[in-house]
Amino acid sequence: MTAHVLSDTGTLTGRSLRHILRSPDTIITTAITPVALMLLFVYVLGGAINTGSDESYINYMLPGILLITIASGIAYTAYRLFLDMKGGIFERFQSMPIARPAVLWAHVLTALVANLASIVIVTGVALIMGFRTGASVTDWFAAAGILILFTLALTWVAVIAGLSAKTVDGASAFSYPLIFLPFISSAFVPTDSMPGPVAWFAENQPVTSIVNTLRALFAQQPVGHDIWIALAWCAGLLVAAYAAATAIYRKKIS
Amino acid sequence: MTTTTREPAIRVRAVTKSYQDLHVLRGVDFDVAPGSIFALLGSNGAGKTTLVRILSTLLRANTGTATVHGFDVASAPGDVRRSISLTGQFAAVDEVLTGRENLVLVAKLRHLRNPGAVADDMLARFSLTDAGNRRAGTYSGGMRRRLDIAMSLVGNPPVVFLDEPTTGLDPQARIEVWQTVKRLAKDGTTILLTTQYLDEAEQLADRIAILHQGVIIQNGTLAELKQLLPSAEVEYVAKQPTLEDVFLALVGDTADGAAMPAGGESR
Ligand SMILES: Nc1ncnc2c1ncn2[C@@H]1O[C@H](COP(=O)(O)OP(=O)(O)O)[C@@H](O)[C@H]1O
Ligand SMILES: [Mg+2]
Repeated sequence: MTAHVLSDTGTLTGRSLRHILRSPDTIITTAITPVALMLLFVYVLGGAINTGSDESYINYMLPGILLITIASGIAYTAYRLFLDMKGGIFERFQSMPIARPAVLWAHVLTALVANLASIVIVTGVALIMGFRTGASVTDWFAAAGILILFTLALTWVAVIAGLSAKTVDGASAFSYPLIFLPFISSAFVPTDSMPGPVAWFAENQPVTSIVNTLRALFAQQPVGHDIWIALAWCAGLLVAAYAAATAIYRKKIS
Repeated sequence: MTTTTREPAIRVRAVTKSYQDLHVLRGVDFDVAPGSIFALLGSNGAGKTTLVRILSTLLRANTGTATVHGFDVASAPGDVRRSISLTGQFAAVDEVLTGRENLVLVAKLRHLRNPGAVADDMLARFSLTDAGNRRAGTYSGGMRRRLDIAMSLVGNPPVVFLDEPTTGLDPQARIEVWQTVKRLAKDGTTILLTTQYLDEAEQLADRIAILHQGVIIQNGTLAELKQLLPSAEVEYVAKQPTLEDVFLALVGDTADGAAMPAGGESR
């Protein structure tokens, strides 16, 4: 049965990608909030924000916006997984001779593709709005790698939500705090402008190290040890969420 | 058709299942002969779906054993899944995909050689060819059920579970499902179907078992079940008793087959 993990995952991923292609609004919706935030911050608030650097404000804020894009995109993963379980197709799959992990991995890979599409859209809008970077191909790969790792980690969190939710709203509600997290980080204003305890939280939560790393990559500056903190956060979250999700899944199907 | 010498296609022994203190199955025993249609009759809440879920490896029994196509559902679930198909109580089709895509999906997941051809064949068999390229979400209830059953039959599994296959269907669609079931049995497939409808069991089944308050209270052919009626009552009915008469006589006039809470008295 395990011999079929790859082909079953491929088949099921094809299925959920079709879902996305047939309702591309989910990708647009995912991109709309970050784009609106970008417009708000760049054309309304940004003029009053002192970032303490000579970067343009859009360059400064894009990393945080990209993380918000991912955080709002993964809500759809929980939503789609929840609908599968409700609708009975999940049980059909479970009663068939298919590799058990394939069902979850298909949703995770689909989330990855959908989120990358949203990120490309948001980055495209940012370029139109004046985002510029001299990042090399290697820098871009590093940035993409971190975004993919962050997406994977949050997607497994979404799988937990999708598997354990009792209602549709419950399935996506978990993402609200995640969307909010970048606001209490270095994403939009420097953390040293914040009052003591808030600044402490902002500096020690995962978003700040990821934002700082991405910002440094785009600005071709040394990433320092932020990249290791960022990677540790993403990897740690990924492992913990994956373990929890598969444990819940196993309990559910046994 | 009922070959007693061969291994039963489904064998259920002393199966119990409780949800917290609700004892849904209290020791269920029965066999289903290969190639036969076996109807599990019971009122709403009797535990039919619970039993089907146990037999199709979706749920574990608390105690007891069950084998399907010679494989133990607990220790060889993978082999069981290769031998069965489940058509659940609620149609499990992907509404975003077309009918054809749904069938291709299942054919691929069953690792069949030529998924497209299998799908087209099924569409034709279930009179869905014209609707094949429409999204399943636009189908009527009857079409959706046909697609659901067609998806279950992809790959010709030797044992088929149909959980209330006609509940909610109009009479026309109901007859279509019956014809499908009869055709399947003629080709040698073993079918276990659950139903609340006595006429459905009467129409289709080689054997009928009545699940009531967690146990099988009767198990026999239609003729055998009809003989169970007290003769006085047969006279009173003054015509061939229907299965309904038998059912009501057996379970009492309340016909309350629902599982009982722990410690509940039977009537
Ligand atoms: N997951 C569950 N948790 C608790 N009770 C359940 C669960 N599934 C079913 N039941 C209860 O078990 C009883 C039998 O249910 P079911 O097997 O669906 O009956 P049927 O299919 O014959 O209508 C019902 O009282 C139902 O409410
Ligand atoms: Mg039921």
